[in-house]
Amino acid sequence: MKLQPVKFYQKQTFTVGNRLVAGHARAVQANMRRTNSLNSGHRACQGCGEALGARYAIDAAMQATGNRVIAVNATGCLEVFSTPYPETSWQIPWIHSLFGNAAAVASGVAAALRVKGRKGDRVIAQGGDGGTMDIGFGCLSGMFERNDDVLYICYDNEAYMNTGVQRSSATPAAAHTATTPAARGRSGNVFGTGKNLPLIAMAHEIPYVATASIANLRDLEVKVMYAMSLRGARYIHISVPCPLGWGSLPADTIKLARLAVESGLFPLFEAENGEITGRYQLRHRVPVTEYLKLQKRYAHLFGDTPDLRTIGEIQAIADRNIRRFGLAA
Amino acid sequence: MLKQVEGSRALAEAIALCRPEVVCAYPITPQTHIVEGLGEMVRSGELAGCEFINVESEFAALSVAIGASAAGARSYTATASQGILFMAEAVYNAAGLGLPIVMTIANRAIGAPINIWNDQSDSMALRDAGWIQLYAETNQEAVDLHIQAFRLAEALSCPVMVCVDGFILTHAYERVDIPTRAQVDAYLPPFEPVQVLDCDDPVSIGAMVGPEAFFEVRYLQHHKQLRALELIPDLAREFERVFGRKSGGLIRSYRCEDAETIVVSLGSVLGTVKEVVDDMRAAGADIGAVSICSFRPFPLAELRAALKDAKRVVVLEKCLAVGVGGIVSSSVRKALSGLPLAGYTVIAGLGGRPITQRSLQEVFERAFRDELEQLTFLDLNWDIVNRELARGRGQRRSGPTAENILRDLGRATPVEAT
Repeated sequence: MKLQPVKFYQKQTFTVGNRLVAGHARAVQANMRRTNSLNSGHRACQGCGEALGARYAIDAAMQATGNRVIAVNATGCLEVFSTPYPETSWQIPWIHSLFGNAAAVASGVAAALRVKGRKGDRVIAQGGDGGTMDIGFGCLSGMFERNDDVLYICYDNEAYMNTGVQRSSATPAAAHTATTPAARGRSGNVFGTGKNLPLIAMAHEIPYVATASIANLRDLEVKVMYAMSLRGARYIHISVPCPLGWGSLPADTIKLARLAVESGLFPLFEAENGEITGRYQLRHRVPVTEYLKLQKRYAHLFGDTPDLRTIGEIQAIADRNIRRFGLAA
Repeated sequence: MLKQVEGSRALAEAIALCRPEVVCAYPITPQTHIVEGLGEMVRSGELAGCEFINVESEFAALSVAIGASAAGARSYTATASQGILFMAEAVYNAAGLGLPIVMTIANRAIGAPINIWNDQSDSMALRDAGWIQLYAETNQEAVDLHIQAFRLAEALSCPVMVCVDGFILTHAYERVDIPTRAQVDAYLPPFEPVQVLDCDDPVSIGAMVGPEAFFEVRYLQHHKQLRALELIPDLAREFERVFGRKSGGLIRSYRCEDAETIVVSLGSVLGTVKEVVDDMRAAGADIGAVSICSFRPFPLAELRAALKDAKRVVVLEKCLAVGVGGIVSSSVRKALSGLPLAGYTVIAGLGGRPITQRSLQEVFERAFRDELEQLTFLDLNWDIVNRELARGRGQRRSGPTAENILRDLGRATPVEAT
């Protein structure tokens, strides 16, 4: 397989600096032989969390498999910005079929690989939160319960960003979207709605479930590489802030991802066969306001008279996560 | 080998001989026995080198087949009725991606009202999705068409539906000649994909295409179907050489010599039509029949040649384009444009309503006298229809139609007191 030579665009960053540490501790992205599976030149927005997450996740999977990854992509931002005709950013075999069937198409690829005896080739399905948690939920659950040999990665930016920021079942409470507008005293998305897909994945008792964040890319890589060392159905749910949909500065993407983790709103954990095996404990806890106030989708909670009651309810969600997942250091 | 066998079992055995590598199964009547048969053969080892996958919906069934086909495996699934509608998005997608999947449709009505019996509304609903559609007249032909379908699909890299009338064929026990493995292997070479997800030669399949090229991609699908018009007769001839019997092709004529009236139809109803033609010929009527085997691509030129010398054409179809009339007849009419022919559409057999020789003969005789209406509903019970229409006129809240009609029918048959 011909791979394009890697160019380090991000000189003087941690990515390159990482090459100075011992070989075993180096990030995949610091490796001169990394694959750049999702190549530069695609059309993601400035500060896109999903593009970053996908590049790190797929490159890590390539590293783990000796460059034998086939990707199946749901319809969504990642699909649209990476393959506008006649260009493609993918340097790996890649297929897009429909919005709601990525998990099933990946099951089909896995079946073909098995029947053809292509043991070393592996399949990853990927989609956004809408394609994964809403329209693709049936196919995803089917792939899980059959324990098909697929790693499914969900890039969760908490709404339908590709169609113009509409609510999904991943949209957090109080967030303003085009279909949960914060107006006339109504505070965005309704509390008590939505679902926790990593927990639902765990309920299928599949070999591996993890959450990850683009704020901790080395952790993300390690989780993907561990997932690729296993067989059967695996699921990784990655938090990827979206400047367009969240109303945040492109420069704040990684900061927001970190604040989501450190506030307790996005717990990082791992589970095997339905039981939690690892968690990222919070040495540095931040109040949710630190996270909320950087995003226009929560702007209605602040201003001259802050909506302290709603902010308190969001803080309660974060506190419950910290208790429930044992995140307190 | 000649066998007295259920249609679905014969199909399962024929499909197994085609060496499918991935079979996706989701139950829906009346298709279920086919995939059950295949599942059994995979379990017993009779069908080796095949992954049999129990999926959670028809949408997943075809989606798994899409993934498997794109990764280079010969892929098969079967469905019917609501199932093909539930997978409709994937039906278009498989054709748009050019993946040579073969799918059996065990033709069944579409709800509401829910109904499990035979008509052809289901496959007809997806007739323009880019799949080749072949319709089987008998279980023997259904077996033979599946073998031809894999060859055709893979030659063109285009998916093929083989449409088999539900229950009438799928559940009928009749004599079927199941080919030998050697015959099928001689006819059907291993699958060589034109595109494949290959780590050593990566490609992007299913990229987004804008106005600058979408039109061309769609035209190329049409072009494939035009090539199929040439390939289908060739494959049928080759089939005859290898298997020693005629099966498939674009259309077939039955006693059309000097026929003034020709009945056009597709699927198993041809059996009944032929009986009626024989009876009427014996009584001196100049009548013949044409069966359409390939509905997509539609054989315009062949059909025109077969019908041009007749005075009138009666299109008998088991589907209804609500608000217009016939689906098959609009294509037949296109084949006849400019010819001085009378054309009649007879809608029959919806939801499994029996199509009897007596009713057909009566309708054909009315056509002879040119007394037939342009659009006729064979054996429609006008009493029931008019009663329900009157109910609707009489009161705003007239209730659910299907339940009203069932009540009427219940009252019409008095229950004896015990």
